[in-house]
Amino acid sequence: MDQGELSMDKILLIAHTEANGSLSKASLEALTCAKDLAASLSTTFAVGVFGENTAKALEQIGSCGAEKYLSVSGADFKDARYATDSYAVEGIYRKAQASIVIAAGTSRMNRVIPGVAHRVEGVAELHVSSIAGSATELTATRWLYRQRIEAVITRASRPWFLGVDSGNYTAWTGSTSAVTAESVATEAPAACKRSKVVGLESPGSGEQTIKPDAELLMVAGAGWTKKQADGTVHAQEARKTILGFLSKSGASLGGSKAMVDLDSENREAFNFMTHLNQIGQTGTSPRHQKGLSTCCHGEEPHAVGWRFINERRAVNLDANCGWARGKADVLYVADAFAVMAKVNELLSK
Amino acid sequence: MSNAYSIIVCAGLAPDPLQRLEPMDTPTGPALKNEMMLPAVLDPWAACALYEADNLAKKLPGSKVYLVSMALKTKLQQVMMVLSQKVPFELVAIDGPSNGFTDARECASELAQAIEAIPGLDKDKMLLFGGWESATRAAGATMQILGEKLGVVDQFQGVDKIEIEPSGAIKLWERVEGGKQQVSLCESAPVMVGWATGELPEPPNNPQVGMANMRTVMPALQKAKSAAASSSALKFKGVTLPAQVRETRIEKDMPVEAIAQELVTWIRGN
Repeated sequence: MDQGELSMDKILLIAHTEANGSLSKASLEALTCAKDLAASLSTTFAVGVFGENTAKALEQIGSCGAEKYLSVSGADFKDARYATDSYAVEGIYRKAQASIVIAAGTSRMNRVIPGVAHRVEGVAELHVSSIAGSATELTATRWLYRQRIEAVITRASRPWFLGVDSGNYTAWTGSTSAVTAESVATEAPAACKRSKVVGLESPGSGEQTIKPDAELLMVAGAGWTKKQADGTVHAQEARKTILGFLSKSGASLGGSKAMVDLDSENREAFNFMTHLNQIGQTGTSPRHQKGLSTCCHGEEPHAVGWRFINERRAVNLDANCGWARGKADVLYVADAFAVMAKVNELLSK
Repeated sequence: MSNAYSIIVCAGLAPDPLQRLEPMDTPTGPALKNEMMLPAVLDPWAACALYEADNLAKKLPGSKVYLVSMALKTKLQQVMMVLSQKVPFELVAIDGPSNGFTDARECASELAQAIEAIPGLDKDKMLLFGGWESATRAAGATMQILGEKLGVVDQFQGVDKIEIEPSGAIKLWERVEGGKQQVSLCESAPVMVGWATGELPEPPNNPQVGMANMRTVMPALQKAKSAAASSSALKFKGVTLPAQVRETRIEKDMPVEAIAQELVTWIRGN
């Protein structure tokens, strides 16, 4: 299919259920994306859902206006496993025969979308931040070089699978409604079951410090682990202050590379900070409304960690810090230990 | 049961993270300004994959690490001078583009051809490693496509840890949402593992390893096959740097109490 047939594009949203049988916020955002695109192309869209039991999820979006609902439902599809997930996604795609396939950029979907696209002789893009369609062209926007260069791309090839990162679209809301979904499969072949999921673990101390839905991101830099004015390291005080702030504010926690690569001397005090918290050039770029960086120092490559933070404030001792100057809205040149202790005190009232 | 594996690490090169990147248009599509002059490093995620591969190979006698890398030959040579001192590997070099504007699908095709051509490769004993993303294209797609091309349907992404059990079963810890790790057990190889940061630091330089590696690195570079991988199927409508520079209000002499009060007001959205 080529660009000249764009108006004939058929759109398919594929989503997986969560542990409770519903759809995640990220999937509902992808649904908004699919609906918006269908409207701009004056076409319809279909929805395919897979999981252990898809009934609740299908009912959740039963009034979304999809032309058709497809389902892969069964115990084989409960866990996030490449072989069974790709079997489900491929089955839904082949039944729908869409030319544009949209999915949320969850870890589960990102794992399978490129492989399935290859199986069906299609192409795939992950980490898409927006999709725009017109009568003549469909474009997708995504970042290259770890959020340092933004690209708008288009492809003539179809099917085109697009994984949309969370935080770029408003989550779809609507009333629940019973729908009749066409069942595509209820079990997977034995060859797909060589792997099994045996559990979920929280690394580090087990503290829940990563909260993607939090309004605020606190970024802790290596300054927390350095010698303070009295010539000593205050690791336990830093731990208490950071965890206290997270508890009182409900913030998610990010850390610089230096912070997550701590030596063994400081490792125990900061065991709530793991590589999963790392943001920046070799970490993540989470999306939150507000970001507060404390004791962070660094230049452009590290500042990409808060590329997608809307309101940014920083507390550190260097007025010329590359992390903050020109990147933050407000920079408080002050001792973060003292400031954050006082913030915790005020948040307790 | 023998637990010796062919551990194949796929790795691209990336500009040194401290370099300023500026895109420019060329007749063949977008490129980085002064790309040839920018110092390169092994992609950070692929580097984690390589160090984890070396660690695994040391624990599993008879295992061998292959480093399959597509980049301009001159850049590869530059990076290998440093990298070859880190861990033992056999280089499979592909002379082709490695910037962020190449297509993941075409890159995967070149890698697959090079891996298929490794003499005596037993795919049933293959651990296919790479980064779950890259610091260039950041597509997060190349390894999955490569796995499919090589017939590997047990794939894991965002992996931080791997263990091989005496039975040959492979246990993996993958990053999932909310700061958690999903633990999976796969019956046996082959598996594709897209590494996150792993758990190992960068190894120190070892001149003896460097000398041993260089015996095979230079011949591999000399016979590197030219790849035509490009972005021909991928059209760029625009490539730009994020332009926003914020007007930062700098508070140098504000009392701690006042800063804290202002922050709390801001956090609470008042």
